[in-house]
Amino acid sequence: MTTLPSEPVPAPPPSIETPSAEPRWASLRGVNASDRIYKGVLTVLALSLPLLIVALFVQLFVSALPAIKRYGFAFLWTSTWDPVAEIYGAAPMIFGTLASSLIALILAVPLSLGVAIFLTEFAPRWVRQPVAFLVEMLAAIPSVVYGLWGVFVLIPFLRSFVVPPLKALLGWTPFFEGVFYGNSLLAGGIILAIMIVPYIAAVSREVLLAVPGSQREAALGMGATRWEAVWTAVLPYGRAGLIGAIILGLGRALGETMAVTMVIGNRHDISLSALQPAYTMAAAIANEFSEATTNLYQSALAEVAFILFAITILVNAFARILIWRVARGAAVGSKAL
Amino acid sequence: MSARTVRRRVISGLMTGLVAALSFTAVLALVLILGDLIAKGASSIDWAFFTKSPVPAGESGGGVANAIVGTGIVVGLAALIGLPIGIGAGLFLAEYGSGRLGFLVRFIADVLNGTPSIVIGIFAWTWMVKPVGRFSALAGSAALAILMIPMIARTTEEMVRLVPHSLREAALALGYPRWRTSLRIVARTALGGIVTGCLVGIARVAGETAPLLFTALGNLNFSTDVRHPMQTLSLQIYVYATGPFEEWHRVAWAAALVLMGLVLILAMVARWVTRQRYGRVR
Repeated sequence: MTTLPSEPVPAPPPSIETPSAEPRWASLRGVNASDRIYKGVLTVLALSLPLLIVALFVQLFVSALPAIKRYGFAFLWTSTWDPVAEIYGAAPMIFGTLASSLIALILAVPLSLGVAIFLTEFAPRWVRQPVAFLVEMLAAIPSVVYGLWGVFVLIPFLRSFVVPPLKALLGWTPFFEGVFYGNSLLAGGIILAIMIVPYIAAVSREVLLAVPGSQREAALGMGATRWEAVWTAVLPYGRAGLIGAIILGLGRALGETMAVTMVIGNRHDISLSALQPAYTMAAAIANEFSEATTNLYQSALAEVAFILFAITILVNAFARILIWRVARGAAVGSKAL
Repeated sequence: MSARTVRRRVISGLMTGLVAALSFTAVLALVLILGDLIAKGASSIDWAFFTKSPVPAGESGGGVANAIVGTGIVVGLAALIGLPIGIGAGLFLAEYGSGRLGFLVRFIADVLNGTPSIVIGIFAWTWMVKPVGRFSALAGSAALAILMIPMIARTTEEMVRLVPHSLREAALALGYPRWRTSLRIVARTALGGIVTGCLVGIARVAGETAPLLFTALGNLNFSTDVRHPMQTLSLQIYVYATGPFEEWHRVAWAAALVLMGLVLILAMVARWVTRQRYGRVR
């Protein structure tokens, strides 16, 4: 065997030095200094929102801490509110808040769903835009103007035309007993109902608009009447979003302050009757906070605010999740003023 | 046609009538409220109403000049604080908001939008009134700014998202850096929409009362010092409507009409600005 002449091993190619740590394509991707600054500034501004919600939560909790320590959970279900004796129980306000919001929902839900269904399914095209605009205008009326109207127009109207027949018909139930003086749970509930209609209607309308036309066509094609198509196809399809819209309205009703304060009567008492004065959490804060002189009084009201804040955050978060499931990520309802 | 078909058609017709009637009721509520405002407020409005400050209780005459100026200052200052932050956050959501942080910010903005304004009032009181020991218009502006930020952020994002992607790509292809594309091309194109969102936001906080109760407090005299209590139209309506004097109620209605007019003008201008840009908005 002869040894084969060894092949010359080719020298390895000289290693290519990268000219700089930053590859050239980086600048093409737009990652240059000014872009980083721009993104940084926007991020900081956007972070103000999470920061704000955390600050609100912490601040309210810290302010409420003396009251929480002193009264514990009994704050939620005792009903004595006596600033002189320093005894605070928020049950009447919590009850009043829930009761007035319930009345508001009972009245507002049929009304606003009716508006939404009419505008998306039945109304002639030329009617839709103006009517939607007018209903949304209800949201532009300031709360205090609703209150003014409630005091001088709605309550006299209720006294002369609504309460007498209501008492004649349902006066025997615990819900409509007692003498009607004007400022009452009923007046608060009705004002709230008018105020939340534009919100529920606007969001429901967008939810119904997001229902694909094929759903309607399929139902109509099977021989359904127009109402049956709405009832069996459109509404079930948008159900989650509609419930979200209603809950969003509930969130508004729970926290609404001025109009309710002016018409609900502001009495620390639990009464099942809608004709009696009541109190809400927001109204109590609005009425009493500026005259709360002792630290404990302020702290008790801060605890009321904390509870109100926590409830509305939960209600709103739940509503948003439901709405997002239908209209993903869109700022639904943001067009309602 | 069978009886069953007839019944189904009748029900369909009845329900159509019902939802139409419900819509009519909602519109009627608006007409009634605006009608009462004009009926009860318009007669009290004259030149003196806009130019004079209130007179002591019991006397007649006087106006709401201090409240009008106060509303302008408090709301203007709030816009000065709230708009840049809100617009910035909105641009972030539109440009970089696809990730987890964007989702979080968007969700929090939506949730904050429904927060009771009275809670924001307490928050502003604890931060800006309690440490100083004095109610101030500035604290009121801060509270209103906090209310504005999530609103403005979401509308800005919506409007910026409407800008066609091809416009952005064209700018990037020409070698524009991202920030200039975002500001000079995208935001510029959406400017009409952004301005609309800002005007709507301003209109909404202009009518707010609850967050001002323990911050701006109200002031019966003419004042332009933002470190001291200041009157706004909304506060004046509240105090006068709940007060005992007939004369006050008259002024409250007139002030409400002025405030409503202010809010409606802002809302109308907002619509008009959008129409200029995009033609018909849905």
